[in-house]
Amino acid sequence: MFTAFLIKYAEIGIKGKNRYLFEDALVHQIRNALKKCEGEFSIHKSQGRIHVEAAGEFDAEETVERLKKVFGISGICPVVYAEDEGFGKLCDTVVGYIGRVYPDRNKTFKVHARRARKDYPKESMEINADLGEAVLRAYPEMSVDVHEPDILLNIEIRDKIYIYSETIPGPGGMPVGTGGKAMLLLSGGIDSPVAGYMIAKRGVKLDAVYFHAPPYTSDRAKAKVVDLARIVAGYTGPIWLHVINFTDIQLYIYEKCPHEELTIIMRRYMMRIAEHIAEETGCLGLITGESIGQVASQTMSSLAATNEVCTLPVYRPLIGFDKKEIVEVSEKIGTFETSILPYEDCCTIFVAKHPVTKPNVKVIRRHERNLEEKIEELVKTALETKELIVVE
Amino acid sequence: MEVYLDNSATTRVFPEVAELMTKIMCGDYGNPSSLHRKGMEAEQYLRYGRETFARLLKVNEKEILFTSGGTESDNMALVGCAAANRRRGNHLITTGIEHPAVLNTMRYLESLGYMVTYLSVDSCGRISLEELQRAMTPGTVLVSVMHTNNEIGALEPVEEAGALVKRMNPNTLFHVDAVQGFGKAKIYPKRMGIDLLSASGHKIHGPKGVGLLYVGEKVKIQPIIHGGGQQMNLRSGTDNVPGIAGFAKAAELLYEHYDDDVRRLYGLKRRFLEGVRKLEGVKINGLLPGRPEGEGTAPHIVSVSVAGVRSEVLLHALEEDGIYVSAGSACAARKPQPSVTLKAIGVEKPLLDSTIRFSFSVYTTEEEIDYTLRAMYGKIPILRKYTRRS
Repeated sequence: MFTAFLIKYAEIGIKGKNRYLFEDALVHQIRNALKKCEGEFSIHKSQGRIHVEAAGEFDAEETVERLKKVFGISGICPVVYAEDEGFGKLCDTVVGYIGRVYPDRNKTFKVHARRARKDYPKESMEINADLGEAVLRAYPEMSVDVHEPDILLNIEIRDKIYIYSETIPGPGGMPVGTGGKAMLLLSGGIDSPVAGYMIAKRGVKLDAVYFHAPPYTSDRAKAKVVDLARIVAGYTGPIWLHVINFTDIQLYIYEKCPHEELTIIMRRYMMRIAEHIAEETGCLGLITGESIGQVASQTMSSLAATNEVCTLPVYRPLIGFDKKEIVEVSEKIGTFETSILPYEDCCTIFVAKHPVTKPNVKVIRRHERNLEEKIEELVKTALETKELIVVE
Repeated sequence: MEVYLDNSATTRVFPEVAELMTKIMCGDYGNPSSLHRKGMEAEQYLRYGRETFARLLKVNEKEILFTSGGTESDNMALVGCAAANRRRGNHLITTGIEHPAVLNTMRYLESLGYMVTYLSVDSCGRISLEELQRAMTPGTVLVSVMHTNNEIGALEPVEEAGALVKRMNPNTLFHVDAVQGFGKAKIYPKRMGIDLLSASGHKIHGPKGVGLLYVGEKVKIQPIIHGGGQQMNLRSGTDNVPGIAGFAKAAELLYEHYDDDVRRLYGLKRRFLEGVRKLEGVKINGLLPGRPEGEGTAPHIVSVSVAGVRSEVLLHALEEDGIYVSAGSACAARKPQPSVTLKAIGVEKPLLDSTIRFSFSVYTTEEEIDYTLRAMYGKIPILRKYTRRS
């Protein structure tokens, strides 16, 4: 029945001179998202709106599901197009529309007509009144409420007549790519995919880095991270996933540094390596899934100790979230089920029974000097042997 | 070098089997239920399958049912017999170390109101006949005991258990899950008091997705899958002709060199055990007391606990050298909880998560065994150096 969607966007509307940049990015993202959808679509912007029109056969539900994942969209209105064949015919079309869309008609409504084409024989107020009357005559169980109607029936008179009344909420945010690019430290747990999602929602394109530690972590653990990246890529578009073989660095730290500080020192090297790749690939910041106090390496002192090794800003969108709240988002975006698959990641394998919770940065720095002999070489090798997986 | 030592999970298909199956799938692809010639051709393969297994097991053709694998065979034996013999009683007996296909089916029957007794095992994984005798009641409908344990290779005293069951109550049915044992030991149901026997194709170099259930002719059983009435109305569904023929072919080939192969497998096991013993801090599970060379256990399974190394890490470390083994057993390896079998035989807690299973096949060579041992000698000391300190 519907042949088009009217896309509403929120914040782009208030941008100034560069507004067209945001709109173009949104059109681009919508086009990408619909590539994998059955059917042909034409996407164009006009008068502060984006229209998605289907040419011929298409799957409305699948299309809406895809659009619901495009950041920048605040609402999706399924639209029926009608030819202008006189007002009588329009009344029939609108009555038919209500009949199909609302099986339960014990509802209040309001007609909201607009004329983009001023040569239309009736004025907006007249259209409202006359269409309202036609609807009431067809469905006596309905009533008019001009202040808080259950159904706001929009009629737009353009070259064709657009009829729509439903708005499906979109994800909000800003079109991906308008905010630059950042490097996500992706572990395979619950938090990091959510962190990536949240930053991407603000229009940021994602790269990701995963630290693989064979034989301590399995290829299944790596495959799981690729799966997670793929789910996040459903929202953000293609993600470049950089896989770093971290085993030798980890073992070297294990050998040379106090065991309670292993996780902190390891994380400091992860940040250094992530920053290095970030700078190479043009990322403007790092993203982690840390939340204050969740584990020993995420206390304020530990965060300070891991934070000091890099100069790029580190974005931690979950910093004030409880685990429960993070889980809720991960369930909503569809990463939870994959995140909880039981494969060990490299942060947990050598973890001490009682890791430091209040690391002293000076002490950590001193212990890191134990690594001086080989660490640079090991980091260099890790960067040189990095594997790149483009996840779509 | 690729060394596949996970043959208890699944095996490489014999080339002759693959060839026969390709011929059937591409040429003789008819449905045996069809009336035309194409159907008759296909039916010949079914007959071949039935004849082959009847001959190898020394049973009648009509006592062989083909299923989708070991799991379905076990389900059918337990659920089908419990339902068909409900009037005789509602008690079943099994062991605590069965494969999940039996254990979880028993749990399902418990949820339907049946009573199930789980027999304990000794430190070698074997049940005690006295305990079995004590567990038998006049209402015991069925006793199910596995032939070969899939995790530690323990051989259960099925022949003695069968005799005991029949002596105590000729009406009690005796089921044997021989998924791991078939092809490695000669099993003759009629001589061993076995009423129902499960076997699977892919454990003996046949295809996945096919298994068999021997059902003695006097056994009352109900179908658990309903449909077009194939296989005497006991197991509906279009016959898996290529699978059945491939399974039969694999069994035929195995039985051709049966004695030599089993002798060779025991030789490999002996060689491997000898080599493993040179490592410090290892424990071999399931061997019989005073039989260090593995006599009286399955020829193809070795379970080793390596103190101080997590099994998954050792598994992936060996994988780096092309050696494929299993942590515990493949069916349990992807679940985080430790294996029921290892717990039941009293493996100490720190070793539960440090146990690796090696399982051999007719393709395994001495060279591969030595290569694996060398890899273990090299890797285990390094892995031990980097373990979680507590």
